[in-house]
Amino acid sequence: MAVPAVAVTPARLDLQALVELVSSEGDGAVASFTGIVRDRNLGRRVLHLEYEAYEPLAIKALARIVDEAQQAWPGTRVALHHRVGRLEIGEASIVIAAASPHRADAFAACRYAIERVKQIVPIWKREHFEGGDVWLEGATADPEDRAARELAYKTACA
Amino acid sequence: MRVTVRLFARLRDLAGSGELVRDVAAPADVKTIWRSLVAEFPALADYERSMSVAVNTDYSRMDAAVHEGDEVAFLPPVSGGSGNREIDELAN
Repeated sequence: MAVPAVAVTPARLDLQALVELVSSEGDGAVASFTGIVRDRNLGRRVLHLEYEAYEPLAIKALARIVDEAQQAWPGTRVALHHRVGRLEIGEASIVIAAASPHRADAFAACRYAIERVKQIVPIWKREHFEGGDVWLEGATADPEDRAARELAYKTACA
Repeated sequence: MRVTVRLFARLRDLAGSGELVRDVAAPADVKTIWRSLVAEFPALADYERSMSVAVNTDYSRMDAAVHEGDEVAFLPPVSGGSGNREIDELAN
């Protein structure tokens, strides 16, 4: 089955499949990012995380991020998959691959994509820690917020 | 008219359900739906300033019109990806 450029899935993530999807003979670089579940947060010992998505909108938001990145860095191709459900410590929650003729664009597009995921993709994580659990809440999602988009761009180019 | 309300993460926990079907008088906008939801579940009220909304699986606004059969979703601040930088910074 063909690997889609964006996905929200309960299955284990496969970065190599994304690398192969975005790479072509004109590329000199593929940058990748893997987000993993760590064992501590806010001084608490984390047991596992549980990710929940509003899947149809999450898919659209991921596709929007791919479009934004590919427009900001012409010639790059970006793919990203986000996992949902219960994740154990050390497991990957997100994988991103960005290919480009030049490494600077590949790194920037990859960084931009993860910054935008945190801003506009309707996915939430519940942290189960020793002694309880809590929904973590980050950004108010607003794809039209230009300041947020510019912040992601500046971070990508820093 | 009948609409489907979708709630996620902590909003879902507070309401005790992720999907509710409600009858509302037409015409209605997203805010109308939200107000009736808060009347039913007062604990949701705190999210009015921080949440996002979607109509039929597209981001929308509180003043968007809602029609018969629409799906209206209320979304708390998102926290996908990996670690949470904002929360990490608060801790440091």
